[in-house]
Amino acid sequence: MSALDVAVTRVIGDFDLDVAFSVESGVSVLFGPSGAGKTLTLSLIAGLLRPDTGTISINDVVVTDCARNVFVSTQKRRVGMVFQDGLLLPHRTVLDNVALAVRQARGRRTRRGIARTWLERVGAETLAERRPGSLSGGQRQRVALARSLAGDPAVLLLDEPLSALDASVRRELRRLIREVIVASGVPAVLVTHDAGEAEELGDVVIAYDRGRVTGQHLVERPLASGPELETPGEGETL
Amino acid sequence: MTALIPHSWLNALGIPPWIWDPLSISLHAAFEATVVVAVLGIALGYLLARGRFPGRGAVETAFSLPMALPPTVVGYYLLTRLGGPGPIRDLEVHLFGHPLTFTFDGIVVAQIVESFPYCLRYSRAAITVVDRRFEQAARAMGLSRWRVALLVTLPLARRGLVAGVAMGFGRALGDFGATMIVSGAVPMATTMPIALYNAVFYGSHEQAMILALVQVGVALSILLGVSRLGRVRPW
Repeated sequence: MSALDVAVTRVIGDFDLDVAFSVESGVSVLFGPSGAGKTLTLSLIAGLLRPDTGTISINDVVVTDCARNVFVSTQKRRVGMVFQDGLLLPHRTVLDNVALAVRQARGRRTRRGIARTWLERVGAETLAERRPGSLSGGQRQRVALARSLAGDPAVLLLDEPLSALDASVRRELRRLIREVIVASGVPAVLVTHDAGEAEELGDVVIAYDRGRVTGQHLVERPLASGPELETPGEGETL
Repeated sequence: MTALIPHSWLNALGIPPWIWDPLSISLHAAFEATVVVAVLGIALGYLLARGRFPGRGAVETAFSLPMALPPTVVGYYLLTRLGGPGPIRDLEVHLFGHPLTFTFDGIVVAQIVESFPYCLRYSRAAITVVDRRFEQAARAMGLSRWRVALLVTLPLARRGLVAGVAMGFGRALGDFGATMIVSGAVPMATTMPIALYNAVFYGSHEQAMILALVQVGVALSILLGVSRLGRVRPW
């Protein structure tokens, strides 16, 4: 059973996307230069855009099938998304941002409890009552990661989550992102144009160029690297 | 409305009925009109900003027309539509028990028509500039379109929405032409602008000056209130 099956085409102006790939467990990285169609692919998987032709299945459930006019709305797809600049809701606290994404539980207290747990897992529990506008870039992405996983997604989509950050913060967050995703057991698709990031974060790297998949390879990892989820201390919060 | 505060109290405060009566009618009518205008104006503004349907431009133009027309023209059409014999008048009698012309309710209707375009256009503009990516992020979080609108789009557009509602309230409060024609300036339907006109017309210049000053004070209070509301964090 694949976590995610994608076989779609989409034409936007002069750009022509025609890709097909499958994602199993772990982190799959869509790697390629800017304008290769990586972010467009994520938008199609999330249901933010419709493909012209093709199908998308999540956990073997068809969410898009153009031939049969099937299109499951974004909010029913159970995807979690991390955007390049976080896109935390600026008028809500960090805790509210994460709690709002909890869809598997009812009741404000329960949702906030789950949200706090995820903030702890990404080392952002001390930020709970702050507004996104007062956070650093690294803190915002920690919270965005917590928010994307708090809704118990079937698949996690990360759109260049580190590209807007300083090099030192990026290094720190790479480790955290991989640890948290692998420990959560949620299959993830991560978009990047950074080769080092692709190798460090991915289990599989899918190469993109000009709207096509040009290659795919497994990343070799030492067996000992199976991550245990750690909760960084307050001093480590970026 | 005036019965809410006994005249004896107002007299004790030194506020004569010729100020309080039109002021209370103005505030009461403008408040009722603004409630209707806020709900409908923000809802239609959202549809125009985010909806995809043919004829959006025509809808906005049609609802904005009173903004470009002289208020007396709006008043004339309201008088002839609301007051003339026909199904509209029959409906008024069925709903209110009497025709709306020359009544307080008629003033409210006139003020709704006059102030609606301001609220609509401010709301549409405020919602249009909300970054859609926040809405996409919220949809990816599992929020329905309704919840995205209520929890994301409208709070992010709040400053423009507050300004639009305030503009509508100010327009309703200050309307003269349409209100004058629909109400006929009968005592139970005399608003502040009409009272000021009457004072000038009958040569009561001192009363006119005071009525004008009161309206300046009310207008300043609205603007200050809006300024403060715009800074308040939303729910």
